[in-house]
Amino acid sequence: MRAIPDAAQPRRGYSLPDAIVFALTAAGAVLMLLPFAWMVSTSLKSPAEVFAYPVIWIPRQPMWSNYAQAFGIAGFDRMFFNSVFIATASVTLNLLTSSLAGFAFARLRFRGRDILFALYLATLMIPGQVTLIPVFILIRALGWYDSYAALIAPSAVSVFSAFLLRQFFRSIPPDLDEAARIDGAGSLRIWWQIALPLARPALATVAVLSFLGSWNDFLWPLIVIHSRDLWTIPLGLSMFQGQYAVQWHLLMAGTTIAVLPVLLLYAVGQKWIVSATAVATRGNA
Amino acid sequence: MNNHARFTAFRWRSDQQWEGYVFLLPSLIGLFVFSLLPVLFSLGISLHEWDLLTPPVFVGLKNFRNLFTQDLIFSEVAANTVFFCVAIVPLQMALSLLLALALTRRLPGAPLFRAIYYMPVVTTIVAAAMIFQWVFDRNYGLFSSVVWGVGSWLNAPLAPPDWFNNGFWARWAVVILTLWKNSGFTTVIFMAGLQAIPRVLYEAAAIDGAGRWQSFRHVTLPMLSPTIFFLAIILIIGAFQLFGESYVMTGGGPGYATMTVVQYIYQSAFSYFRMGKGAALSWVLFVAIFALTLAQWQLQRKWVHYESNT
Repeated sequence: MRAIPDAAQPRRGYSLPDAIVFALTAAGAVLMLLPFAWMVSTSLKSPAEVFAYPVIWIPRQPMWSNYAQAFGIAGFDRMFFNSVFIATASVTLNLLTSSLAGFAFARLRFRGRDILFALYLATLMIPGQVTLIPVFILIRALGWYDSYAALIAPSAVSVFSAFLLRQFFRSIPPDLDEAARIDGAGSLRIWWQIALPLARPALATVAVLSFLGSWNDFLWPLIVIHSRDLWTIPLGLSMFQGQYAVQWHLLMAGTTIAVLPVLLLYAVGQKWIVSATAVATRGNA
Repeated sequence: MNNHARFTAFRWRSDQQWEGYVFLLPSLIGLFVFSLLPVLFSLGISLHEWDLLTPPVFVGLKNFRNLFTQDLIFSEVAANTVFFCVAIVPLQMALSLLLALALTRRLPGAPLFRAIYYMPVVTTIVAAAMIFQWVFDRNYGLFSSVVWGVGSWLNAPLAPPDWFNNGFWARWAVVILTLWKNSGFTTVIFMAGLQAIPRVLYEAAAIDGAGRWQSFRHVTLPMLSPTIFFLAIILIIGAFQLFGESYVMTGGGPGYATMTVVQYIYQSAFSYFRMGKGAALSWVLFVAIFALTLAQWQLQRKWVHYESNT
């Protein structure tokens, strides 16, 4: 019995190895949290406390003004708006294009379908870095340099999302389509009224992944965005770092502001977000 | 896949002929404009010298030749990449496998631990890199303070490493940041893999007298090998594509000690406006990733165990 390391195993109390494993896991968790704690602690310190030794974990007087200052200097309100707007637009467009493509690949019968699908899968192997320079040149040629369009358009299409949704649509019983077709529904209606509502969990997975992808993206905005007005949170944060180097109390206040919304979202939708990654990787494997 | 059954049941439908293309159109356009054409375009650019201001000049394979024959920075970047692969991939695998084994043991608070270990995964790399820059700050960072604290407690003058002015330590700082940031992800994948192993196998092993280590060695590891294989591919690709870690935390330095391929592409193309060099670098990266992945696919027959094959 003892030799079976399985979660489903019924347990009566905990043994010594359990206690050791628990202690190590807990110590690891503390180590994982430490950088976050250090960030929050620093964000509330006065400049003198930042440079104090031994380390002061709880500032004598929490400097909430650091937050106001960082928020104002870095223009976090604008950055939030940009990040939310760009992520929302990318997710919406991505869901639309990918579900249409996934539906066509899974449910429609047309010549050339399998070849096109193979082409889709082949592009999954292209690393984003290869297209970085040409897409930048293209964006510039289109007059989209330094605009929302430069950030939204390339992420409006995702082969990976289309692939995930295709896998899901294939699991819907074909009788449903056939019945709807007999009732006179066209493909567009079947997509919108039958396939999409049934695919809600898969759509949620795609939405979570593409939202996080857009929200956390750093390299692409760094390349195509110049104006302060268009900075996303990661981009703005790195610019802020460049300007306020060694003003750690301000930098950490800014970092906390940037990290907090995602961590709050994560706390609420934790199960969802974690399973989205697991589903995505299983689909990929 | 039951190809035969599909083949007989399958009919192309003429009324869905054009519909299929209409449905695919938006994503096909995106695919062509942002992926397929750029790949070809990028290959073309790599054969030119082009600063975006003056017309491109065809130079053949010169950009590639330069990288391998006279570009000392590139050799350093390539060496860094090998180092990051060799350091990150096994460490992250081992740490997250141990963690996944612990978290699937029904410890009290396991869901909370999983949530904590996954927190850095959703954190933007820029924030993570800034936090670690501060943690590893030589004079006032948390790490140095702890080392000094331990030193004075032991009554020995311990000196913390100068993380960002020493190539060796700077590289390890990138490794530590990456492990902190990404281990939660691999742990979750390992947990899914562990939970999919049928209990019967462990029971059979126990009946055969297998101890803990033996059942791990002969049940868990083979059953987990597809997961390990998949993660090996993902992690190696990830190690080749590091950017924010070094760009934000170390700036690629000291010197070029932590410069990654992607940062070198960024620097060549967008700081020095050498599009040809940048494109050539990106193709070298592409080919390297492709070759490694292909090699792993070839090797997998030797060690990856698939249930359906037996």
